[in-house]
Amino acid sequence: MDSVHDMGGMHGMGPVEAEEDEPIFHGDWEKRMFAMNNAISALGVRNIDESRHARERMNPGEYLSSSYYEIWLSGLVRTLTEKGLISEEELAGAVAPRPVTTPKPALSADNVDHVMSKGGTYLVKSDLVPAFDVGQAVKTKNIHPAGHTRLPRYARGHEGVIHASYGVHVFPDANAHGPDRPQPLYNVKFSSRELWGKDGTESDFIYIDLWEDYLEEVK
Amino acid sequence: MAHDHKHGDPLPETVLRVKSLESLLVEKGLVETEALDALIDRYENKVGPKNGAKVVARAWNDPDYKRRLLADSTAAIAEFGFTGAQGEEMVAVENTDNVHNVVVCTLCSCYPWPVLGLPPVWYKSPPYRSRVVREPREVLKEFGTELPNSTEVRVWDSTAETRYLVIPKRPEGTDGLSEEELAELVSRDSMIGVTEALSPNSAEGD
Repeated sequence: MDSVHDMGGMHGMGPVEAEEDEPIFHGDWEKRMFAMNNAISALGVRNIDESRHARERMNPGEYLSSSYYEIWLSGLVRTLTEKGLISEEELAGAVAPRPVTTPKPALSADNVDHVMSKGGTYLVKSDLVPAFDVGQAVKTKNIHPAGHTRLPRYARGHEGVIHASYGVHVFPDANAHGPDRPQPLYNVKFSSRELWGKDGTESDFIYIDLWEDYLEEVK
Repeated sequence: MAHDHKHGDPLPETVLRVKSLESLLVEKGLVETEALDALIDRYENKVGPKNGAKVVARAWNDPDYKRRLLADSTAAIAEFGFTGAQGEEMVAVENTDNVHNVVVCTLCSCYPWPVLGLPPVWYKSPPYRSRVVREPREVLKEFGTELPNSTEVRVWDSTAETRYLVIPKRPEGTDGLSEEELAELVSRDSMIGVTEALSPNSAEGD
């Protein structure tokens, strides 16, 4: 979806400002928010692409004026509500919590290190043969799906070169909305001048991970 | 201004809502309080940029390890036991005299947790995400990093589950230093690619 989360190349955001002390968490609420989001992942009720898509559907004005863990809060409540696992009425304490079932049990403290050290699996065993070769020129499609996509706006309709071929991967555009449609993932190299025209810089290059569906042959 | 509450000064309703959400999830059996504590402890105290610094220091010191790291980064990093969430598929990219690499996630905040821990606020912020793909040299200047025009800049936008780790250039004057001493020079920012590694004369850690 074309919203403000897709901010590569936007103007007017100001200087990059590093904090002086850079605490890992700012206050207890950030710790709890970070932990809840990860603990929920262990239940098998939503995948990473649904999670990202829930965050990017936040109202654009609110997204830009929120801290990152506020965006996580918005996304987690949205997802759990849409999945029927919680309701705003329950959150407000207006009704008693209803019992729910999940594919996997809640993450236990004993299992945290194991689960986090294992991580997810995004590479898919498949016989699909990549349509493009390393070194081949490709062009990104000019697509504007209303749903989730990981093809940034700034990289649409541009020519690049396949830099690396990463194998068949879970496809976020499908996985965020229903059955997955795994496909080859590539890293594509673009020149800054190709992406930004005369406002680009001669010896700058941008490397972006892109799925096969985003790409077409350069004739 | 809207972003005044961004750093450690949340709206009271945000704090309250997070508390309500945790109470509700615990009551429903969807999360366990002790598991949340363990997750916080892991990423506050156990997993952080000291991990990545060990990887880089070994790559500087051991040519065989560097070859393995560049050929199969995930496996080479796993030799240290650094694996898992947000680092399932690692790719290390090497700075040289002619090439400088820098990493971003323009769409959200993808960051290699097993080697760098959790991202700093600026990495997740609109200024960094919007600008570093368009004017990386200007952004680097704000971090005090001036690159000659002849240096090629490579910006890696983490749009998939691949996570990029920059191997900064080994600083001058570090011959004979041990891996532990070298690791002290490998700052978090140098592994994101916004700065160079610290020089042995100025090193004060991160």
